Amino acid sequence: MTSKEVVVQNQVGLHARPATFFIQKANEFKSSIWVEKDERKVNAKSLLGVLSLGITKGTQITIIADGVDEEAAIKELVELINTNFAGQQ
Amino acid sequence: MGEKITVPLTKLIEDFKLEVVYEPNNLADILITSTDVNRPGIQLAAGYFDYFDNTRIQILGKVEHSFLENLSASERFVAFDNMLSYGIPAVIITRGLPVYEELMDAAKRRGIPVLRTQDSTSYFMAALIASLNTLLAPCVTRHGVLVEVYGEGVLLLGESGVGKSETAVELVKRGHRLVADDAVDIRRVSAKTLVGSAPEIIRHFIELRGVGIIDVKKIFGVGSVKDTEKIDLIIHLENWQQGKQYERLGLKEEYTNILGINIPSIVVPVRPGRNLAIIVEIAAMNNRQKKMGYNAAEELNERLIKQMSQFSSSDLV
Repeated sequence: MTSKEVVVQNQVGLHARPATFFIQKANEFKSSIWVEKDERKVNAKSLLGVLSLGITKGTQITIIADGVDEEAAIKELVELINTNFAGQQ
Repeated sequence: MGEKITVPLTKLIEDFKLEVVYEPNNLADILITSTDVNRPGIQLAAGYFDYFDNTRIQILGKVEHSFLENLSASERFVAFDNMLSYGIPAVIITRGLPVYEELMDAAKRRGIPVLRTQDSTSYFMAALIASLNTLLAPCVTRHGVLVEVYGEGVLLLGESGVGKSETAVELVKRGHRLVADDAVDIRRVSAKTLVGSAPEIIRHFIELRGVGIIDVKKIFGVGSVKDTEKIDLIIHLENWQQGKQYERLGLKEEYTNILGINIPSIVVPVRPGRNLAIIVEIAAMNNRQKKMGYNAAEELNERLIKQMSQFSSSDLV
């Protein structure tokens, strides 16, 4: 199991479109992946789950992955958030 | 989880329309952590404070009130001040009884809020404990779908893409109700009961691959959704694995543990062409029938045993 904390810097937070990019990226991996905000942990591969967290700009989230490609999954998902979903929009 | 769950005292004041008789400066910061409440009869009467739990709200009813009436003013002050010195979250007076001046003095000295309700003591206590049990219930979020089928709360669990949301839509179309899709907030409201609901932002939305987000309440109407539902049955959906043995009889009871409570559960293999909605409907009805005392698998087994014993006895003749 690998996890990493990251602060979302995207202007409007993780609203529907960036969240879609995020879960699509998560779905590329075999590992089970979760996003945790405060006390709540949701499946990173589910769109509504990620949206339910209401992640706004400046929110700190933790990405947790467990499986064969967990290292790569964390690396790429954190990169996606840190680059403000560049190359996707 | 881990961290202590709390509820602000001001929420209880609002919910129960409590009259604030004495308001300390920090009223808004007071948090309740205990689901229990106490009637401090023995503490006020005998000054007995062993095992006194200072996280509980203290409730003064008619019994306490009439006992204190027989004390002198100074004795009353000592009794109240003693109790309040333990730093309890609040004192609530029931039945709209008058507030002793000595209680007000002690409350001001110790900075403890004094509240009042018009309700009778037992009625108020039962309602308060029930409310605290819900508000302070341990909570967990699970990836899954919660539907109400024939009055049974059914939680569908399984990997992304196994067909949970599609099954939910089909069930709604067949007249059942959606509670939550994708993320289900589950609360343990009592030692036996789990209640699920949807996070507010995504309530009554479903994501359907290929179609996108749909609003179930708008498309199917108010009758097709529900805000909360207890969880009676858990169905694990998984892709049919060659060679894996699935339950054939249903004689063995399987359970899935969530927040320390065992909920009856079954594993249903998914294969193209299998109508999951109908299977979920039948599983819900079967679970209900079991609760009502009828187990089809046991009934079949009993019939078999009866017939076999008849055959073997006729063989002996």
